Amino acid sequence: MAVTSVRMLATLSALTLAIAACGTSGGDEDTGSTSGGGFSAPDVAMLEEVGKGEGELNILAWPGYAESGQTDPSVDWVSPFEDETGCKVNVKDFGTSDEAVSLMKTGEYDVVSASGDASLRLIAAGDVEPVNTDLVPNYADVADFLKDRAWNSVDGQMYGVPHGWGANPLMYNTKEVTPAPDSWSVVFEADSPYAGEITAYDSPIYIADAAMYLKETQPDLGIEDPYALDEEQLAAAVDLLKQQRPNVSEYWSSATQEVSAFRSGDTVVGTTWQYNASLAQSKGTPVKTVVPEEGITGWSDTWMVAAESEHTNCAYMWLDWIVSPQINAEATEWFGEAPANLAACDLASDENFCDTYHATDEKYAESIYYWNTPVAECLDGRTDVTCTDYSDWTTAWTEVKG
Amino acid sequence: MAGSHTAVRAVGLPRRTLLRRSSASLHRRPWLRLGGLLSAPLLWLGVAYIGSLAALLVTAFWSTDTFTGDVVRVWTLDNFAQLWQEDVYRTVVLRTLSVAVLVTVLDALLAFPIAFYMAKVATPRTQKLLVVAVLMPLWASYLVKAYAWRIMVSDSGVIESVLGVTPGFGLVAATLTLAYLWLPFMILPLFAGLQRLPDSLLDASEDLGARPGRTFRSVVLPSVLPALAAGSIFTFSLSLGDYITVEIVGGTSQLLGNVVYDNIGAANNLPFAAAMATVTVAVMVCYLAAVRRTGALDNL
Repeated sequence: MAVTSVRMLATLSALTLAIAACGTSGGDEDTGSTSGGGFSAPDVAMLEEVGKGEGELNILAWPGYAESGQTDPSVDWVSPFEDETGCKVNVKDFGTSDEAVSLMKTGEYDVVSASGDASLRLIAAGDVEPVNTDLVPNYADVADFLKDRAWNSVDGQMYGVPHGWGANPLMYNTKEVTPAPDSWSVVFEADSPYAGEITAYDSPIYIADAAMYLKETQPDLGIEDPYALDEEQLAAAVDLLKQQRPNVSEYWSSATQEVSAFRSGDTVVGTTWQYNASLAQSKGTPVKTVVPEEGITGWSDTWMVAAESEHTNCAYMWLDWIVSPQINAEATEWFGEAPANLAACDLASDENFCDTYHATDEKYAESIYYWNTPVAECLDGRTDVTCTDYSDWTTAWTEVKG
Repeated sequence: MAGSHTAVRAVGLPRRTLLRRSSASLHRRPWLRLGGLLSAPLLWLGVAYIGSLAALLVTAFWSTDTFTGDVVRVWTLDNFAQLWQEDVYRTVVLRTLSVAVLVTVLDALLAFPIAFYMAKVATPRTQKLLVVAVLMPLWASYLVKAYAWRIMVSDSGVIESVLGVTPGFGLVAATLTLAYLWLPFMILPLFAGLQRLPDSLLDASEDLGARPGRTFRSVVLPSVLPALAAGSIFTFSLSLGDYITVEIVGGTSQLLGNVVYDNIGAANNLPFAAAMATVTVAVMVCYLAAVRRTGALDNL
């Protein structure tokens, strides 16, 4: 027995050394372009002309963004694309922005539907290339307030084509929660009447919701942008979330999880997506959503092209396809979000579609704090302090959960 | 006569096919025989098991570029320093250990009477039925069982309506669910251990005047201790690494597995996840070393 153990140990250490030897060699160049802490986009070439399709396209998408009839046979905008362009499509769904970022690093995918908390990371890593919007005819119809934004462009250069956007409203059970809430205080304050029946989103990005609440309730902290927090502001947000934790029934990480908790009554109030609310309502749970007075966080998604894509022509064809009025209407209505292409409004099956999601309401769109990637160089323009970055946020989130 | 002569020839001089030649050559070289037989399993063990463990250990000493998420292949002890310095990780490790111990104790208490009945009391027919019954939950998917518990402990669930109270989502529910999930892994080794215990020993103990309690303490327990330890390896190690059950019924709590998972998924920090995972490896090595002293490893 003892001899065997020694042998095992020897084998193990030999293997370790072998792997270490091949793994560490030449690793230093990989530290990348962000060593200074600031943000600079690496020099990646942009397409000049869309040629003939390569016959294949690998899509990395949020669930519900690239439907080929697999969820519902009548919901299919991938097959017509294949017929029209000859690009055979493979779709891979991802569950969180972070998963999307790590999957893009495999180099297996040509296009990705990235939210704002993923897009800048992809740009900085050189995983995606600038997009020549002149080659995407339907880009012209995209709402102006979605173009050249902090989460989809660098120095006026677009890195993708907007897909759609939405908010993270407050959902509540209309039977249990009366009067209807108009403030996030019901989920954040220690003396909430719904203590023990609150839910929150299980991701570091939820810290922004707390920061947004503090921006209104504690102006002394000087929070301007909930994604640009210095250490003191992050600490305040963490304290608020720690105060919230004992009142939380559970943190949700998937739509089905939240909906099941609302159905069983374990949860009566908390942050949500419009999609979850519609799902709960369709199952007969009495829920409503509201935009509280402190404001609201949300997402704005962008289709981006992988820098190492071998199917760039098909990728551009997909970009133009997904923002075309008809397809953009189908895709965003199916998911439950505002379409990027305003011409989509008239083509939706529900004539109130764009009103429901405030698609044309620029003021509403501007009031949303869109998911963004926290970086050391403060996003709100402050230069006298260093902001906390996303890795600080993930550590903080672990701390919140205790 | 001629006919039988032909028959003898056919048997006596086999055709020299390729198969036969290679078989003969294998017969002459025992080391080749052994090597051929063992190379596939050894390769599997070496690459998939030990190789991945080694990769894990190496990765734990790297770091990630915080913004782009790329792994930076430069040696550093930062991950372990962070693991040691931040209170939250110590809390999580301790919490995970307590849950694993609690699950193991709970399973041992539940499994012993069942295993004893199966091995010593039940008729052969009932025994077979009981073995099937114990194994049956293993046919159902882990997720289905965890979600069943989620529904049972929820506010409008069956526990609430029968008992009037429910633990709700949290560590209690997670511990109960884990104890349920791993129970068969405790019953089976105990059952096997008790079957090996001769009935005559129990009779002898009784004849010598021992009451059931004394027989249990002095005869049964010492002889099934290795089996108990073997079962505990399963319940303990399975609980130690679990993160899905906690995700489903654990409410706001997180265990070691969740922190590893979050660092892979949410944080995209593989090196730190690897460092965190080495804690589990270290705990299991210590546990196995302790269990080895009971002789349970020879019992597996």
